[in-house]
Amino acid sequence: MEFHIYPDFFVCAPIFLIILEISDKWIGLYFCLILQSICIQNIVCGGVQGLVKYVLKKLLFMLLSLFILASLTFFLMKAIPGDPFTAEKKLSPEIRALLEVKYGLDKPMYEQYLKYMGGILKGDFGVSMRYLNQDVTDMITQTFTASLKLGIFAILISIVVGVLLGLLAAVYHRKLIDDVTMVVAVIGIAVPSFLLASLLQYVFAFKLGWFNVMGFDGPLDYVLPVAALSASPIAFIARLTRSSMLEVLHADYIKTAKAKGLKWPAIMFKHVVRNGILPVVTYVGPMTANIITGSVVIEQIFNIGGIGKVFVESITNRDYTMIMGITIFYGILLMLARFLTDIAYVLIDPRIKLESRKGA
Amino acid sequence: MSGTNNKKNETANTNLTSQAAVKPQESVSLFKDAMYRLATNKAAMISLSVLVLVVIFALIGPTSLFTSYNYYSNDLMNANAAPSAEHWFGTDDLGRDVWVRTWVGARVSLTVGLAAALIDLVIGVIYGAIMGYYGGRVDGIMNKFSEILYSLPYMLVVILLLVVLEPSLTTIIIALTITGWISMSWIVRGEIMQLKNRDFILAARSMGASTGRQLFRHLLPNAIGPIIVTLTLSIPNAIFAEAFLSFLGLGVSAPRSSLGSMINDALTGWTLYPWRMWFPAGLMVLTMLAFNLLGDGLRDALDPKLRK
Repeated sequence: MEFHIYPDFFVCAPIFLIILEISDKWIGLYFCLILQSICIQNIVCGGVQGLVKYVLKKLLFMLLSLFILASLTFFLMKAIPGDPFTAEKKLSPEIRALLEVKYGLDKPMYEQYLKYMGGILKGDFGVSMRYLNQDVTDMITQTFTASLKLGIFAILISIVVGVLLGLLAAVYHRKLIDDVTMVVAVIGIAVPSFLLASLLQYVFAFKLGWFNVMGFDGPLDYVLPVAALSASPIAFIARLTRSSMLEVLHADYIKTAKAKGLKWPAIMFKHVVRNGILPVVTYVGPMTANIITGSVVIEQIFNIGGIGKVFVESITNRDYTMIMGITIFYGILLMLARFLTDIAYVLIDPRIKLESRKGA
Repeated sequence: MSGTNNKKNETANTNLTSQAAVKPQESVSLFKDAMYRLATNKAAMISLSVLVLVVIFALIGPTSLFTSYNYYSNDLMNANAAPSAEHWFGTDDLGRDVWVRTWVGARVSLTVGLAAALIDLVIGVIYGAIMGYYGGRVDGIMNKFSEILYSLPYMLVVILLLVVLEPSLTTIIIALTITGWISMSWIVRGEIMQLKNRDFILAARSMGASTGRQLFRHLLPNAIGPIIVTLTLSIPNAIFAEAFLSFLGLGVSAPRSSLGSMINDALTGWTLYPWRMWFPAGLMVLTMLAFNLLGDGLRDALDPKLRK
């Protein structure tokens, strides 16, 4: 007999209160309704509708994690000794007081916290502390497109090239192609992306002059950054695909398929790839994290005006609100990727147990 | 996964029987058998020797045995000098000896890698063992906690912590371990959960073995394979993370060098002074390669399921 506690509901209760407390009437109501319905459905569905329950559970978990990340970010930033104005030249008490009122720093901590969390719900990450009247949200939306393009290309290339390489290596197991692929894969894992980026920039842009050294305007400008970003994911995916394809190729049902007289392409695509691709799906979440952290550095090297570049600048400038905003934004992206991965995994693999599959 | 264990047992058993014919009293443990298999793996053995060399040079490279320079003294007259008999790896933009700085940097990178991996190991094994051994509600709550912690993006948390804390060797290691131990704990949990219902644990328990003895004498030694593999692969991850942080300016502070910060410094003058890049970058890639290949070798040696 299975015994379920639903801690989700109790975990949610404080979130409800906070949301109601701080946000706009309508937005607050809307979010509360969603959360409430999730919780109720979660309890009502019980073990009845596995998939729905699973999805809702994951969604709730994602919201909870985001909540924790945002709170953690907030309190860590508040824990820094001194305030943003100590770095500037000595301010008179009056001006300091005015500045504190302007940024809401004169209010008690919990009020600032509630205001900040409420702002996040509305997509408002506050104002930059370094640049006058520069909205963090504006900064993110302005720079996001470049990063998004870069990231999506890198993810697509990683999956396509990685799976192809892994497949080749598995089919030609213990042949030359296999060895070459695996050597490339190991090197791809061992070379840090920022090193690879500089190397590519030096050889192909500077020495050979095939590409622009910097900038992000034409389609050719995508080649080097995307290559640098996707190298290590390609290596990982190729290795994953190879080992899982090898396992599948030796499975009994492949022998059965061969014995039935199925044609080679049918076996390959209907049976081998379909089953061998599963571990790759689980890697999509970590890959997104990998590519996001990678892009922070790559954008710096190739001088691409994306979020990563702003992030590095804000770290160097100690622009705390900007760091907070981008961290939370990255967190949202990552958790969304992880959430989608979890859902995709269940949809692709009907054998999966919906309850818990971590540690696998 | 239970299949893995059965197969592990089979291999261990066949080894036992074949050895038993020659020497009746000596048994070959799974671990010894794995070490023997590792010794026949060329790539892994080369990697191991490379790593030993790197460690030795990191220890003695910057000492007076090899050089009269130190990692922090400037010599602006000799800035950006090419490699020569005097400065084996050349000098950097402040005229500091790159040979010394490379090996001091290797010390930092290795320290970060090893320390972070060891702390992950201790926390992860204890936490995972408790989860796996007790199961039930203890497992449920502890697992939920680790899941929530794990859902926080690793690199973001590390960056946040280092923005807040003053960057130093200790804070980097702390930041890297704060969520780094979780994967280890899940692996240990999984292993212990499978092992705890097996007959030899039942036997140990019925003979009155305490929980500690069951865990440390019976359960954990049987889970040593996955633990070692995870450990070996978590070292390069930590080294990578440190290099990345140095790149963001959140690594060890100057004049201390780390391989990551040296590569970062060298980027600006790479086309003119390539030696400032090649030596730290080469050492870094070599170390990463060696750790990864050794990890792969260990995995092949310790997990018979993967051998085909």
